[in-house]
Amino acid sequence: MIEVKDLGKKFGSQQVLEDVSTIFETGKNNLIIGKSGSGKTVLLKCIVGLLSPTVGHVFFDGKDYVAMNIDQKNEIRRELGMLFQGGALFDSLTVEQNVRFPLDMFTKMSASEKLDRVNEVLKRVNLVNANHKFPSQLSGGMQKRTGIARAIVMNPKYLFCDEPNSGLDPQTSIVIDELIMEITEEYQITTITNTHDMNSVITNGDKIIFLHQGKKHWEGTKETLFMAENKELIDFIFASDFLKEARDVRLNKLKAKQSKQ
Amino acid sequence: MAEYVHDTGGPLFHIGRYMLMVKRSFSNPERASMLWKEILRQMSNIGVGSLVIIILISFFIGAVSAVQFAYNLSGSMVPMYFVGYVVKESMILELAPTISCLILAGKVGSNLASELGTMRLTEQIDALEIMGVNTFSYLIGPKLIAALTMVPLLVIISAATGIGGGMLAGSFTGYVSISDYTQGILMNFVQKNIFIMLTKAAVFGFVLTSISCYQGFYAHGSAIEIGKASTRAVVLSCIMVLFADLILAWLLLN
Ligand SMILES: Nc1ncnc2c1ncn2[C@@H]1O[C@H](COP(=O)(O)OP(=O)(O)OP(=O)(O)O)[C@@H](O)[C@H]1O
Ligand SMILES: [Mg+2]
Repeated sequence: MIEVKDLGKKFGSQQVLEDVSTIFETGKNNLIIGKSGSGKTVLLKCIVGLLSPTVGHVFFDGKDYVAMNIDQKNEIRRELGMLFQGGALFDSLTVEQNVRFPLDMFTKMSASEKLDRVNEVLKRVNLVNANHKFPSQLSGGMQKRTGIARAIVMNPKYLFCDEPNSGLDPQTSIVIDELIMEITEEYQITTITNTHDMNSVITNGDKIIFLHQGKKHWEGTKETLFMAENKELIDFIFASDFLKEARDVRLNKLKAKQSKQ
Repeated sequence: MAEYVHDTGGPLFHIGRYMLMVKRSFSNPERASMLWKEILRQMSNIGVGSLVIIILISFFIGAVSAVQFAYNLSGSMVPMYFVGYVVKESMILELAPTISCLILAGKVGSNLASELGTMRLTEQIDALEIMGVNTFSYLIGPKLIAALTMVPLLVIISAATGIGGGMLAGSFTGYVSISDYTQGILMNFVQKNIFIMLTKAAVFGFVLTSISCYQGFYAHGSAIEIGKASTRAVVLSCIMVLFADLILAWLLLN
């Protein structure tokens, strides 16, 4: 479980996150959704510690991450995996070396144990026969899979995915989403995923928080998403022209309700 | 850990952040074996990768110095073997370390800055940090160590090639015979000058590598930034190498 409490982040005078508090649950895929520029990546980076929050706290299973020193943080970091928006594979290393990297760096496993583990996770993400390819020789979907493989090779307790299906076709997106869901449930990981892909929101949102201009405007599940009574969220969900009518109906209802109160 | 923020400050901000970077680059490596691999890779990168161009340029600089000096001496009372002496002295004291390092600033400097800049912008550095890797000691430390060992080696080669180039050019043009030239080389051999050459080489190597790493490591923004960062790396490295040259000349020759 990861708890975020009163988190705020400023870049100079620009307030990018304000007063965000929520709980991300274990064994679930927790989604952070919102428009481009709403602060999803910044929130994720504050949680993992790539950015330090201006105010607020992040608790990993009760331990205050923000207050930790570097050594303590590194302890936690060994238990977390992250899939980056662009894959962030090391381009001087092959797929196999990329996935093996954390094992090389942090374990005392023998060469054959490492190879076994690497092949196990590569198989898990359905990426076989690509061991000796370099990232530049992979398709976008294969890069994502390699990224996931590298993120889970150390059996993380926490998994972070920044837009796992950006730049992928709808079918491959679904495959990647399902993979993340399965891994999350199978290993009881606390997963936090950033997305603005409505498709994956509808199918995967065990728990959803909606950010708008750096503030949490709504939180709930995929079941309650369409009943949400928040103007920005309605705009976000029914953004396409195709859904314009549905959006107007929802907004009118909301207005009627608010004027009654 | 190392939150990379915008350049909020002026020169003082950069100097401070640069100092911290250098300090962290030599602290707490995770895995000695991984580090060693990386050092070897960088050594071949810096050393082997620049060998040909250093040899080529040093040869011509030595040759040109010899011919021009011989031309100036011809008709004077100064004996011709002096050409050997002058080429040797100028190669060792100034030309080999300075010219080599200016070349390296262009070649290695832009290389390092764009390598690290790309890693930064494609979030590879973030990925390392997330794993709990000390990115300074893993990415920058090996480059500094490689530079500290390989640059002096390259400078020795440069000096030898330059002196050799002078010898060939001198005898080819008929100004100085090989035996005269050799006599000049052996004349008044000062060990301290070799020491000065190696000190310069190590210092310049460190300066150009660390500055270039700094530019790449703290690159931010879009892909255009990588080009800008490597240009900044080259320009700044050249200036700082020359500045260090002045300081060292003043310190070491006094
Ligand atoms: N390092 C930074 N320095 C300054 N401002 C930043 C930095 N990173 C992000 N921002 C600003 O914070 C805001 C939120 O950015 P963020 O990257 O979190 O958006 P996002 O929701 O992830 O968008 P997208 O869906 O496009 O990835 C933006 O206005 C951005 O300009
Ligand atoms: Mg983002």
